[in-house]
Amino acid sequence: MSRTEIKIGGFGGQGVILTALIIGKAASLFEGRESTMTQSFGPEARGGACSAQIVVSDMKVRYPYVTVPNVLVVMSQEAYTRFEPQLDENGILLIEEDLVKSGPTRGKIRAFSIPATRFAEELGRKIVLNIVMLGFFTSVTKLVDADAVRKAIRDTVPKGTEELNLKAFEKGYEYGLNKLKEEKKKLG
Amino acid sequence: MKADPKGVLTGSHYLDGDHACCEGALAAGCRFVAGYPITPSTEVVERFSARIPRVGGIFIQMEDELSSSIAILGASWAGVKSMTVTSGPGFSLMMEHIGLAVMLETPCVYVDVQRGGPSTGLPTLPSQADMMQARWGSHGDYEVIAISPSSPQECFDMTIDAFNLSEQYRTPVFLMMDECVGHMTEKVVIPPADKIEVTPRRYTKLPPGKYLPYKPDRDLVPPIVKAGDGYRFHVTGLTHNEKGYPVMSADCQETLVHRLVDKIRVNAKKIIRYEEEKINGADVIVVSYGITARVAQQAIELARKDGVKVGSLRLVVVWPFPEKRIRELAGKTKAFVVPEMNYGQIVFEVERCAAGRAATFLVPHGGGTTHNPEDIYKKIMEAAG
Amino acid sequence: MKKEHPGAPLLRMDRIPHIWCPTCGIGTTLNCLISALSASKLDLDKVSVVSGIGCTGRGAGYIKLDSFHVTHGRAIPFATGLKLANPKLKVIVFSGDGDIIAIGGNHFIHAARRNIDIVVICVNNFNYAMTGGQVGPTTPLTANATTMPFGNYEKPFNLPYLAESSGAVYVTRWTALHIRRLTGAISETLNKKGFSFIEVISPCSTIYARRNKLGDGLSLMKFYHDNSEIKHGANTRDVNIEFQKKIVVGKFVDIEKPTFLEARDEHYRRVLGEKYQPYGGIG
Ligand code: SF4
Repeated sequence: MSRTEIKIGGFGGQGVILTALIIGKAASLFEGRESTMTQSFGPEARGGACSAQIVVSDMKVRYPYVTVPNVLVVMSQEAYTRFEPQLDENGILLIEEDLVKSGPTRGKIRAFSIPATRFAEELGRKIVLNIVMLGFFTSVTKLVDADAVRKAIRDTVPKGTEELNLKAFEKGYEYGLNKLKEEKKKLG
Repeated sequence: MKADPKGVLTGSHYLDGDHACCEGALAAGCRFVAGYPITPSTEVVERFSARIPRVGGIFIQMEDELSSSIAILGASWAGVKSMTVTSGPGFSLMMEHIGLAVMLETPCVYVDVQRGGPSTGLPTLPSQADMMQARWGSHGDYEVIAISPSSPQECFDMTIDAFNLSEQYRTPVFLMMDECVGHMTEKVVIPPADKIEVTPRRYTKLPPGKYLPYKPDRDLVPPIVKAGDGYRFHVTGLTHNEKGYPVMSADCQETLVHRLVDKIRVNAKKIIRYEEEKINGADVIVVSYGITARVAQQAIELARKDGVKVGSLRLVVVWPFPEKRIRELAGKTKAFVVPEMNYGQIVFEVERCAAGRAATFLVPHGGGTTHNPEDIYKKIMEAAG
Repeated sequence: MKKEHPGAPLLRMDRIPHIWCPTCGIGTTLNCLISALSASKLDLDKVSVVSGIGCTGRGAGYIKLDSFHVTHGRAIPFATGLKLANPKLKVIVFSGDGDIIAIGGNHFIHAARRNIDIVVICVNNFNYAMTGGQVGPTTPLTANATTMPFGNYEKPFNLPYLAESSGAVYVTRWTALHIRRLTGAISETLNKKGFSFIEVISPCSTIYARRNKLGDGLSLMKFYHDNSEIKHGANTRDVNIEFQKKIVVGKFVDIEKPTFLEARDEHYRRVLGEKYQPYGGIG
């Protein structure tokens, strides 16, 4: 796929923007592809809601915004309600299952959920929930190379927190691989 | 001259346009920024204020845009490359000092991260509606240089260009960004310092006593001096002679203003920059700039799929305007399509130069987001007839 | 032999005659500045003078130093940029009350608050003279102005009080009659660090005095002579000026405080340590 649109939604303090930044950086700096990251600065950025968008492409990104996301990552109920209708009907939906109650899926949307907050708490820092989600995103979507994402994490997170963040990444990554296996089984 | 490595953050980065602009300024040798917070430009000064104590230089957050826009002129006369950064409402407040910068022939850079207007408008969302203000906003007659980047990488590169042009022509230069490029994050490659060309200030070689502050060189640009070097020069916003002394006469006005205008017009060929693609034989040429040029490219490709011969002319330097080129093309193409995030500004320039020899179509957009490529596509199809 | 004006080495003699009216106090004030500069040990190549717009704003055009005649009200922010970009310069703002206190009032209080190391000489003639005598921020109550044709009802600023409360480290007021004292005050500020403010009460015989029927230049000087009261250290609260009443003059404030650059330097050395790159200007 030459152009993929990704949208991440949640609330302030969850690290939504950082997650998008790492995905974009992994693609641009560590995979040699093109990516454009934009965040909602508009009135929708107020009231605690927070979202970021990334376009990843093998060619130069022209139109910078995400219009019909191919992948939607939601970490709050509000983000789910607001952005799910925009998701491409062949898209992938990634859900933080303790924070979002999701309804039935549309069209050919593939939905996967993960208790990322719980995993983050088990790792001792609830704050790494976004990195757990990132790991989950990486294995389920295969959009960006896992090693590139690992490098981008090291390059982005505050000094001294690299190991914790990488652990969080692996946790989500493994969980995603298992989810894919489950899906395969189900589909026979 | 090569860039001072102290300010150059060589490497590949993932930066938004605002941050990239700050790095461009540092690479260009800018060591003085005065600013006043205003969305969506504030990140530039935030980064500068964090970087400059470790590079060596000054940031001051002034009490308003009036003072920021003249503090940089004071700094420039102290011999230091300087810049201020703002958006719509602040840009309006700066207009008087743009005139002063032109009149004193002070090298400096004004960055406008355009947002929706008029008035407070859309602080967090883009527009390209200050393009004519950049050209005509201050009173009196003058010419300016304005550059329009369309990506964070270009925000870096073109901030350097802006400084270089301001030194070359002793004039304020505008970097006309917009909220979209300012806040979009992409890969930005910063080369090593020895790969970055910076234009040094054109200091006079004459000793005090022989030097005249406004006696131009052959390219109509007068060599400059700085405060503290013993020249005991005078500069004034009043109409002045070569000595810099005020002279209230029509003759002096004619000599001075004519040169100020010609300084840019005569050198326009060297200043103007645009990028063309598939212009030859095109039935429709899309003329665009800034972020809109990227969006337009998508529309152009759609139209080409439909078999329409579409060319693209992207203005990199918007002012001075490439009049000659548009005139030439007007004789060869059927129509120009001009998408811009406003209700018609640069389109009037295109129309003027086309002078009826090619049809001109505006694709207006009030701002708040970029065009939908579909709208530009439709206009291309309409223009192709 | 033609006798040279004593200030000639520091005057742009090729611009004389100047535009000021006979008996105007601006020329006197400029002379005091020139005397103070000539007597000082400063390297005059490193002294810059910045003026705004108005009768006093023409000052920068006559003094033979690096001199800048900028926009209305903005001499202080220009001076701020000049001084911060090259801390080795001594920067003097020479302008009028309307310029510095009305249109430029915001810059005045903020430069004082930051303690920008500049000298501000404010010639106060109680009105906008260049534009023909309109009311200003210093016009005394009841005084007549073209835009207060029935007398002024707006309360004026007390400039020393404003300067002190904004943070100035040196505040003084003299009249154009007090040539020696004014010159002395300017000399002091040339060696002082921080935001120094000198208010000079100055006769505008052509406009303000005529409109208010205060007599000719000589009677204005006589008025200053009879009504100035020297009170060094007076509380600036108490030095407001009423129409044709006594004028309290003297040195009111002379304190030490870190300047903007000193505070910045000290702060960054502390918080950034080795990583801090001190800045001393270029060249
Ligand atoms: S109008 Fe008044 S202030 Fe102006 S020069 Fe004449 S006397 Fe002086």
